[in-house]
Amino acid sequence: MSILGTRVIRTEDPRLLTAGGVYVDDLRVPELAGALRATFVRSTVAHALIAGIDTSGALAQPGVAAVLTAADMTDMPPPPPAEEPAPDAPPAEGPVPLGGKWSEPLLAVDRVRFVGEPVAIVLTDSTYQGEDAAELVSVDYEPLPAVPSIEAALAGDTLLFPDTGTNVCTKGGGDVSDESIFDGCDIIVEGDVVNQRVACLPMEGRSTAAVFSDGKLTVWASTQNAQLARLILTAVGLPPDAIRVIAPDVGGGFGAKIGVDRESIVVAWAAKHVGRPVRWTETRNENLLAMTQGRAQLHHIKIGGSRDGRIKAYRLDVIQDTGAYPRMSGFLPMLTNLMAPGVYDIPSVQAAYKVVVTNSTPIAAYRGAGRPEAAATIERAVDWFAAEAGLDPVQVRKLNFIKPGQFPFVTKTGAPYDTGDYEGALDKVLAAAGYEELRAEQRRRREAGAARQLGIGLASYVEITAADAGAGETAKVEVHDDGTATVYTGSSAHGQGHHTAFAMLVQEELGIPMDKIEVIHGDTDLIPDGVGTYASRSLQLGGSAVHKAALEVKEEAARQAAALFEAAEADVMLDTETGLWQVRGDPDKSLTWGQVAGNADGGLIVANVRFTADRPTFPFGTQLSVVEVDTETGKVTLLRHVSADDAGPVLNPVLLEGQRHGGIAQGAAQALCEEILYDADGNPLTSTLADYAAITAAELPSFELVTSETPTPVNPLGVKGIGEAGTIGATPAVHNAVIDAVSHLGVRHIDMPLTPERVWTAIQKASAK
Amino acid sequence: MKVELTVNGKEITADVEDRMLLVHFLRDVADLTATNIGCDTTSCGACTVLLDGESVKSCTVLAAQADGHSVTTLEGLASDAGEMHPVQRAFHEEHGLQCGYCTPGMVMAIVSLLKENPSPTEEQVRAGLEGNICRCTGYHNIVRAALAAAEASK
Repeated sequence: MSILGTRVIRTEDPRLLTAGGVYVDDLRVPELAGALRATFVRSTVAHALIAGIDTSGALAQPGVAAVLTAADMTDMPPPPPAEEPAPDAPPAEGPVPLGGKWSEPLLAVDRVRFVGEPVAIVLTDSTYQGEDAAELVSVDYEPLPAVPSIEAALAGDTLLFPDTGTNVCTKGGGDVSDESIFDGCDIIVEGDVVNQRVACLPMEGRSTAAVFSDGKLTVWASTQNAQLARLILTAVGLPPDAIRVIAPDVGGGFGAKIGVDRESIVVAWAAKHVGRPVRWTETRNENLLAMTQGRAQLHHIKIGGSRDGRIKAYRLDVIQDTGAYPRMSGFLPMLTNLMAPGVYDIPSVQAAYKVVVTNSTPIAAYRGAGRPEAAATIERAVDWFAAEAGLDPVQVRKLNFIKPGQFPFVTKTGAPYDTGDYEGALDKVLAAAGYEELRAEQRRRREAGAARQLGIGLASYVEITAADAGAGETAKVEVHDDGTATVYTGSSAHGQGHHTAFAMLVQEELGIPMDKIEVIHGDTDLIPDGVGTYASRSLQLGGSAVHKAALEVKEEAARQAAALFEAAEADVMLDTETGLWQVRGDPDKSLTWGQVAGNADGGLIVANVRFTADRPTFPFGTQLSVVEVDTETGKVTLLRHVSADDAGPVLNPVLLEGQRHGGIAQGAAQALCEEILYDADGNPLTSTLADYAAITAAELPSFELVTSETPTPVNPLGVKGIGEAGTIGATPAVHNAVIDAVSHLGVRHIDMPLTPERVWTAIQKASAK
Repeated sequence: MKVELTVNGKEITADVEDRMLLVHFLRDVADLTATNIGCDTTSCGACTVLLDGESVKSCTVLAAQADGHSVTTLEGLASDAGEMHPVQRAFHEEHGLQCGYCTPGMVMAIVSLLKENPSPTEEQVRAGLEGNICRCTGYHNIVRAALAAAEASK
């Protein structure tokens, strides 16, 4: 029986549950014995020139080995020349901390651009000593006016990078001025939709340890891809083969641990500079100040169509707040533009973006990275349009969906959707939720003028996964003469369950039981070439690579078995139930994997592959939220969340459900409570977990998951990505539900997060009209 | 100052700074690294351990305050024979963990919660876990694990 599609509980768990994971700060390896603890001195002002840094007070403290600033980095190679990328060059997927006129220094040189920007690094024997000494580093700031918002950035009165002459670091997309696309529309809705800045908030913050010895730099980093981290770490002036990066257990990433940040480069440099091992683990306060954050887009939308609900034209104009340094250039809003029309066949679509710098924490990928923003706004816009037209949002969606027969379908923004059944997913959710009964209950409460109104929100979404399909992923599968197998993957687990999933793929093809399969990732000495885990790419690219390598191992094993059997290759076969090689028609003769591998050179059968796909995949689904809104206080309670998330055939429902649950919670969190805030001077107001409203179990219901599986022809497994889908659908579903609960009071839109204050205020405003 | 703690049944005596937090004592002195640190404001619960059988956030207890007391961490939860505690087993079976970072604190918080209320409703479990943040699971399977552990312990 095939193991694929069955509920296999994780092989990763027993260790995590009894001894705990080994995250960077848990490492007790001999190389790190006596390591110095790094503490960063961070800017306390949003925008200032640095007139001087006095480290003498800190240096006089006990246990202080060094206090280093940018001025000490004379042994670093100069940053790469400031090259303008070619206009058609694809934007970098990961953080690009060096080079260019918008360059991010490793430590602040003469200017700081956000509160939390690293200015100096203090190396001490203990963590407590580091905290004490860092307090005594005196930085002489000459404050500059802060640019705390998109509006201030566009006003341009103060520039973050004066040499550039602007705060707009890039722009792209098409024309968004041609009004003729709205000609003949009966209903037109136009407005602003804010996709607020949120924290990625992996429970393990950033952490790095480094040792430089015998010309080789070894770095342990909490990263989503050791190989990209290694490439970034060459900034210390070493070639890649003189650097080993190891990703031990990683406590979540959500996009913010793609590669490594400037702090990790500084830690690695410091270890080399002082000739002692150095380790750094950030505090949550540092994490909320300086780990890259997500979203932070302002959308101006216009949507028009006929009175019967047919959408004729849609415009999305995006302004991306990229924070103090444009880590990802225009990549995020470009994806938002690409996915602008969502699941709808809209005859005219316009999309454009511009990216501005502000005195705030840099923005980079966060679960969905550009796509949740697109889905949030088109789904909000469709509901807004439906409300104006007085139509049921289900009816408007069904009328405008791209139909199953239209795939492959290229949208007006150029997205090549592979497969989909949008109406099918919607119908499943409506049936599971009991849509008509919910509407009836809503009517009852409205008619009764109940204080607690019911809202039903829908989001039908499509997203792009493995956008960099051509980069593919690597895998090496080895079968040893003891009958065990080892899988080396360039993909990089940090909670997703790669080890279980990839072992299942190998068992399926080779019949070697999972408990004899070891999966290894995240060590550049063992796996020099790899791409990593982000953009929901792991199973479709990393898994397909493992699958491909297993098939190649099987081919070679067939040759070895044939030789041992003295039979024709075509006559040998593998029984994947028993894991035994046999000759057709002679069931008495069999060979174990150990025997077959033992016959190969070195007692090892190995296949080393890279799998690439020729295009991305487009998972889709519908999510439905039911909320109760207390109209007297504005408080929102999420009562139910029903979700159909279609990522093709399911390898392991346990892992799939886990990804969906986590995604839905993060999506709901953005809709309901989470937001990173700054005051008018660029001071962060949400820099601890006492201030940042991270969602908890008490604010969420159990989720109701509905099955939907539409395969893709893009890879041999037929799978699409599932890591980000939950988040992408949940935000607009919850958002729409809240608006729906109060739409009969005249409310058409409230920006996220839908806090009691915002909801209450919107109700007051609408009723005052 | 000198402190004497019983950690997972083992006595540990050490000279520590007055200000040393219990979580740092566990990690750096007792060398038990399962207990993680997830915040600095007693908000996330990653560092939850049992102090004389009651759950505490070990980032908000000084090692000095635990002097003379008994601490149980995740490492001390399984039986001497290595058999997982019902809560650990339920986390495994219900896929109650992904990255594993909040897990030690979650498990300890649920052990404590079930001690106080052996048959909680889903709502009681959710309310009881309000001080423990997980970013991976959406809490769905953690809640299920807590309920399953309660059921299994009957």
